[in-house]
Amino acid sequence: MSRIDVVVTGLGATTPLGGDVASTWDAMLAGRSGVGALTQEWAGQLPVRIAAELAVDPATVLDRVKLRRLDRSEAIALIAAHQAWADSGLADAGLDPERLGVSIGSGIGGAVTLLAQDDILEASGPRRVSPHTVPMLMPNGPAAWVGLELRAQAGVHSVASACATGAEAIALGLDMIRAGRADVVVAGGTEAVIHPLPIAGFASMRAMSTRNDEPERASRPWDKGRDGFVLGEGSGIVVLERADHAAARGARVYARLAGAGITSDGYDIVQPHPEGAGAIRAIAKAISDADVAKSDIVHVNAHATSTPVGDMAEITALRTALGDHPVLTATKSMSGHLLGAAGALESIATILTIRDSVVPPTINLDDPDDGLTLDVAANKARQLDVPAALNNSFGFGGHNVALVFTRV
Amino acid sequence: MTRDEITAGLAEILEEVAGVNPDDVAEGKSFTDDLDVDSLSMVEVVVAAEEKFGVKIPDNEVQNLKTVGDAVSYIEAQS
Repeated sequence: MSRIDVVVTGLGATTPLGGDVASTWDAMLAGRSGVGALTQEWAGQLPVRIAAELAVDPATVLDRVKLRRLDRSEAIALIAAHQAWADSGLADAGLDPERLGVSIGSGIGGAVTLLAQDDILEASGPRRVSPHTVPMLMPNGPAAWVGLELRAQAGVHSVASACATGAEAIALGLDMIRAGRADVVVAGGTEAVIHPLPIAGFASMRAMSTRNDEPERASRPWDKGRDGFVLGEGSGIVVLERADHAAARGARVYARLAGAGITSDGYDIVQPHPEGAGAIRAIAKAISDADVAKSDIVHVNAHATSTPVGDMAEITALRTALGDHPVLTATKSMSGHLLGAAGALESIATILTIRDSVVPPTINLDDPDDGLTLDVAANKARQLDVPAALNNSFGFGGHNVALVFTRV
Repeated sequence: MTRDEITAGLAEILEEVAGVNPDDVAEGKSFTDDLDVDSLSMVEVVVAAEEKFGVKIPDNEVQNLKTVGDAVSYIEAQS
């Protein structure tokens, strides 16, 4: 049976680095940080007072009445999805809605709505709780809204695998097209939980950087001075399309989504397997699925979140799974950690690395960890011909997702 | 409070909650058919109207309030 090829024909994003893909990519190549001090009053009591907030307020993009009915994670998923949809040129392509699917997930979902409505419940009673509460906080809300506005009828899915969500949603989109259930899938992730409770929760786990006095230097994957991740918010969305469908309409193709590997550690609820066993298997599966050789993968956009343990476990896994040749980067050094959107934003960065033959930098890598034995595009972008690249994402719960993108 | 004042108050609520142009709000207009107020937004309108006009509008009354005029009459009778 001949394999169905899947390509990427549209990109959309709203991130701490920019309100769209172009501005986000420019900021990455320039090595800019999207991290800043939290100036909200509630931040004062927290051990962590930094985050990577959106560069462009959704209120300047969507109208006020519409925003009343949307959790922030839904609003930004809609913004990114409409960008990707416009970018794909599919709006005028006469696509049958029954062949259009959606796969968009979130790591945490509408927690900010839940907490805000709980405040109203406590202060004013149940009758004052918004009738929009449930559709705003439900984890499938972002996918459902995008499906509604694009009139997608081939199925709307919302996977949840913590910080691997964005990548797993894209992998599910690949499966949907390969299985013949859709010709086009709008796929990606969204997250917006810059709120004291999630921050306090992550901070209690000692997972977050407390470099409050130097926000822009706080996210520093693989650097000896790293002390945890920096929470970011944003959404990244890609349009996946059956390759022959894209070719028939003369679509502009960014890259091929050549393969995906998904594994679970079965080891610990939050700690990665110490030898990265699950990650190694995910990478091997993705390479096999993509039908490329290890040596073909010349670049990796790593998961690397700037945590002491996780960053080095990934290096070990990459050395075992690929060898010592790939050039790495960790764009979370600039964007912060977008949790459920991270794998989607980093897929976009990987795709643009292939297109532009340039690897965005890992900033703040001033004093590399002794265990960093692979080549990293440290502190400035690096020209590199990238015919094939890997994007890793790992999530609490032991989720490992590896995606392989190749030049068409 | 006159009927016109109640209508103006409802227009303010409808603009805030559902983005309805206040100029479109008149006693003869249907909330759903003319002003595009969906069922969830109607719940918000009712709660806001209770607060604004100091009345109680039970859920079983809401289904009888088809037009702005129906709502004005109900509020006028209660207040």
